[in-house]
Amino acid sequence: MSEPILTLTGVHADIDQYHILHGIELQVPRGELTVLLGRNGAGKSTTLRTIMGLTKVPRGSVTFNGKDITSWSTSRIARAGIAFVPENMGIFGQLTVRENLVLAGTHGPLDQARLDWLFDLFPPLKKFWDRPAGNLSGGQKQMLAIARAMVEPRDLLLVDEPTKGLAPAIIDDLATAFEELKAREVSILLVEQNFSFSRRLGQTVAVMNDGQVVHSGTMAELAQDSALQQDLLGLGLGAHQ
Amino acid sequence: MLQSILSGDLPRSRVLSVALIAILIALALGPFLFPGTRAFATLGMICVFIIVVAAYDLMLGYTHIVSFAHTMFFGIGAYGVALGIGHFGSGFGAIFIGILGALLLSAALALLLGLLSLRVKAIFFALVTLAVAFAFLSVVTQMYHITGGEDGLRVRVPRELGPAFRPLDSVTGFDLFGFLGVLFTQPWNLVDGFRDAFFTVRFTGRTLMYYALFLFAGVIFLFLLRLVNSPFGRVLQAIRENEFRAQALGYRTVFYRTAVVILSALLTTFAGALFALFNRYVNPENTLNFELMIFILLMCVLGGMGTLYGAIIGAVVFVVAQNYLQDVLGALSEAVNVGGFVGSLIEPSHWLLWFGLLFVASVYFFPSGIVGQLRIWARRREMRQTVAEHQTESSAKERLT
Repeated sequence: MSEPILTLTGVHADIDQYHILHGIELQVPRGELTVLLGRNGAGKSTTLRTIMGLTKVPRGSVTFNGKDITSWSTSRIARAGIAFVPENMGIFGQLTVRENLVLAGTHGPLDQARLDWLFDLFPPLKKFWDRPAGNLSGGQKQMLAIARAMVEPRDLLLVDEPTKGLAPAIIDDLATAFEELKAREVSILLVEQNFSFSRRLGQTVAVMNDGQVVHSGTMAELAQDSALQQDLLGLGLGAHQ
Repeated sequence: MLQSILSGDLPRSRVLSVALIAILIALALGPFLFPGTRAFATLGMICVFIIVVAAYDLMLGYTHIVSFAHTMFFGIGAYGVALGIGHFGSGFGAIFIGILGALLLSAALALLLGLLSLRVKAIFFALVTLAVAFAFLSVVTQMYHITGGEDGLRVRVPRELGPAFRPLDSVTGFDLFGFLGVLFTQPWNLVDGFRDAFFTVRFTGRTLMYYALFLFAGVIFLFLLRLVNSPFGRVLQAIRENEFRAQALGYRTVFYRTAVVILSALLTTFAGALFALFNRYVNPENTLNFELMIFILLMCVLGGMGTLYGAIIGAVVFVVAQNYLQDVLGALSEAVNVGGFVGSLIEPSHWLLWFGLLFVASVYFFPSGIVGQLRIWARRREMRQTVAEHQTESSAKERLT
């Protein structure tokens, strides 16, 4: 495993009166795709929101690129190089596809070569360039959300359940896009319920249960060990495919 | 050229374009087309409200910040000029000092409100602004020795902006509505009607003041159009849709929200100053009243929030209805000449009832505001045309094969 770009040490987090994260220990290796797995309500999405500063951390620390970002504001964390694609995609529906992407470019005009690369990854974005993003289909919105996170080079990409509610053909397109990102050694932390999608992409994996990381290692190990899958995820690999 | 002037934000509806051109011509040539002091005052108030409503729309329509303190800023501008002239004499220097002082006070208050909007959101923020506006109204009313209390202050404008100044001796105008009235009611008297429609315009300093107001309204409107179509404007729209998402993209939404509140307040203050110079009299009733705040809100909603062009349409429809609905009802009452309940309903004194009904009807038929709805209809028409063209092409291809 390469050196971690992101480290969570004993992170606790509350949402209203509920204590959601109970001392998370997590490392995301630089240049690799890490999958965060777990049942519903395990605290995966809260972990991503906590990293982004959207949920306060009463105890523990979040270190990114060697800096303690635990008490940083969300906008400062984003400017430090972490891009976040939330579960609901967070598209600005009344703005056009172009405006959504331009908005994400906080360092001046967009780089045309990078834009062309994104168009290759997600062709519908070019087609619907000047259309309101709210008119896109679910899969196209997901593409736009990921493209928006990648429109400028970022050190780390956090993606929350990108396959949720998408048709198999679109999921395949997304997997191809993630493979391309992997090939470029973009560091990614991916929260996912779809194990077959996760197994195809993940290099390292962390499994969460009840607000804690209960297993971490390589995806290859987990994919080969049906008993471990049964133990950690409750179902065998076949059931998720 | 037009694209550049309008910052690429065209009306996007043929009906709206025609309406805007008609309004532009009416405002530009107003003193030469509509005789009488009431028409002149109406034209001036339309220009004032275009600035006020557009500035308010920047907050409400583009950033979803609901504030009821807008009249406070309007009043600060109006009283700033009145007090400046009162203390330093009726010169342009006094006006400048008055406006500068008002802008500084507004900026300070808006900064406090903007920072408050970070801790208190939505309806609670609106209520706080309402309380602040009422407190300010109370202070102005109580401080009689400075503000003139309920009586207000007379604004002694420089000679160049007053009725005594006559830069042009006699200019001929053409009474458009008078001529149209003859055209529709007495078409056989068209030649006489045409001749009678010409009138002499008293081109005074007040006319100059009107054109200054018209010019400022145009420049401020175009500036706001540029602003909302700039990267800054896109961030505002992003904040409107999802503030957390905008933060997650790296934007300090605190800065943007505060900047919008301050900018909107400054423009409204400036509009208040122009109003004082045009109206030459300020009091709590015509600058700080809560009713005025409701009118601004209605104009914004009526025209279409988040469209800016809505500020023009809303201001024109509202101010014209406010000033002429009574006349229309009077004419209708005379023409219909029925007694009883129906007759009493269309009495000119019941104009507020019809005004309210007009507003309810406009909200019902134009739920996105007049501009928003016109754009929706135009888009639907375009889509229907595209589908029809596509079908024609397909059937032509089928026939060929």
